[in-house]
Amino acid sequence: MFDNLNDLYQQVILDHSKAPRNFGELPGADHFAEGRNPLCGDQVSVAVKMQGDVIEDIRFKGSGCAIAKASASVMTTALKGKTLNEARTLFEKFHELVLTGQAAPCAQLGKLSVFGGVHRYPARVKCAILAWHAALAAMAGDQKKVSTE
Amino acid sequence: MTAEMTLPPTNTRTIDWAALREDFPILHQRVHGRPLLYLDNAATTQKPRAVLDALCGYYERDNANVHRGVHELSNRATAAYEGARERAARFLNARRSEEIIFTRGTTEGINLVANTWGAKHLQSGDVILLTEMEHHSNIVPWQLLAGRTGARLAFLPITGDEGLLDLSRLDEWLTTDVKLLAFTHISNTLGTINPAAQLCSQARQRGIVTLVDAAQSAGHRPLDVQAIGCDFLALSGHKMCGPTGSGVLYGRIERLADMPPWHGGGDMIESVDYHHSTWKQPPHKFEAGTPNIAGAIALAAAMDYLDAVGRDKIAQHDEELGAYAFERLTALKGLRLLGPRLGRAGVVSFMLGDIHAHDVVTFADQAGIALRGGHHCNQPLMKKLGLESTSRASFYLYNTTDEIDRLTETLREIQKYFTTASAPSA
Ligand SMILES: Cc1ncc(COP(=O)(O)O)c(C=O)c1O
Repeated sequence: MFDNLNDLYQQVILDHSKAPRNFGELPGADHFAEGRNPLCGDQVSVAVKMQGDVIEDIRFKGSGCAIAKASASVMTTALKGKTLNEARTLFEKFHELVLTGQAAPCAQLGKLSVFGGVHRYPARVKCAILAWHAALAAMAGDQKKVSTE
Repeated sequence: MTAEMTLPPTNTRTIDWAALREDFPILHQRVHGRPLLYLDNAATTQKPRAVLDALCGYYERDNANVHRGVHELSNRATAAYEGARERAARFLNARRSEEIIFTRGTTEGINLVANTWGAKHLQSGDVILLTEMEHHSNIVPWQLLAGRTGARLAFLPITGDEGLLDLSRLDEWLTTDVKLLAFTHISNTLGTINPAAQLCSQARQRGIVTLVDAAQSAGHRPLDVQAIGCDFLALSGHKMCGPTGSGVLYGRIERLADMPPWHGGGDMIESVDYHHSTWKQPPHKFEAGTPNIAGAIALAAAMDYLDAVGRDKIAQHDEELGAYAFERLTALKGLRLLGPRLGRAGVVSFMLGDIHAHDVVTFADQAGIALRGGHHCNQPLMKKLGLESTSRASFYLYNTTDEIDRLTETLREIQKYFTTASAPSA
């Protein structure tokens, strides 16, 4: 009955939502931000430990739907070791992917490409980018709350 | 009047609820290839043909501004609009039609009371008593008022997942500082039916003014403001077969007479000069500007429709569906259902194991079923219950037990998808 949904709920997404990576407190973190989706009350907080310009470690906490949780989880694996600028570029490509289903040809999206089905469910785009907003806000400032609205 | 019902008007007849679906054109469609099963009635209900005809007929034949013209169409529009007021007064058993103010809905009705009665009568130190199960629209207007007046809010507690008001200690809550008790008749999340008459009578004995949020009850059961004994009651037309942007605030006439106006403008004045104006009597004093004329007229048609079916019958049907859904859904493994087991309204909120509400709703949608997922404008209640969001199915007169079976089977399929499809991979 749900075959149509297989492109949204890909195996990797289900897997990451069940067993999120980099989930929990991050001792020694120096940048934090919280993201909120007012539509559903979902909330994710991201903690980052920067080494100069480089993301040395990153973790998240919070609750959300499978898309939101998996996105946060895959994001943390993608961002570790990246510079702030690389992180911003990656988000732009990811954002384009979840909005249009199309990734720029040179995009090194890797596992992030499993979110290619999200664009067909406009109500769920916010779920996919919630953690990214929080992570970028954390790295840009230090203590911030961001909202998907 | 115009409700096209073929049912005989006797008290003993049984109703073929599935047949009522014929009155609702929107229900006859497929969604994602499956017959639409609409279970988001607590958010808004669908509209019967009689209401659509009233809307359309007004614009096709009678449209003109009210209370202003002397020409034929204006007279017709005014007569129909004021006729709708009388219809609403009968629907609620108000003593007189002057007690009926047309609004955009429950939210506007509550804000009107907060900004008029509340602004005039509340002071620093006064208490506005609400309950822990209120919709945001019966919290935020009072927070704004409290911010302006120095009054403070207090909340009657509920008993955990069962979601009943703890009335054993009601007397202790009704202190001399309490000036207003405002509560929802039926919870849009828990399905709890609060004993409105009992609450109002105990408050009244202490001189406390009462407001009933009837958003979820008005289209679902008989309502009698005199029997309830409330000072104010607010409802939304769109949740009772009427059009969006229509609604009623009932106010006991003695209260309305003692309230300043809220919005200023045309229609609410007696005379205006450059520096000073005088107001009309209630209810017109509280209806500034051109009202939602078509909405009020179509809302009256919705009231006709509901009474032709029988609100007592609808209430019974609602409770049967609520009880049936409770039985069927709680039989699913890992499902946590909020609200009372018995005597509940046709609203069921639940968590399907650890599957998030947004995922449940997305999957149900694929199966043609409209559910709501989220906090249902009940964030404080959710927090109290340790939840962020739930899935919710809410029923109305055109829903059947067969449809609840279909919902149950679909939820079982969703569980299966999430347990078998997500064996962890690398
Ligand atoms: C209990 C309750 N009160 C108030 C409201 C607000 O109604 P409206 O949005 O029509 O003003 C709702 C609707 O969601 C409700 O369920």
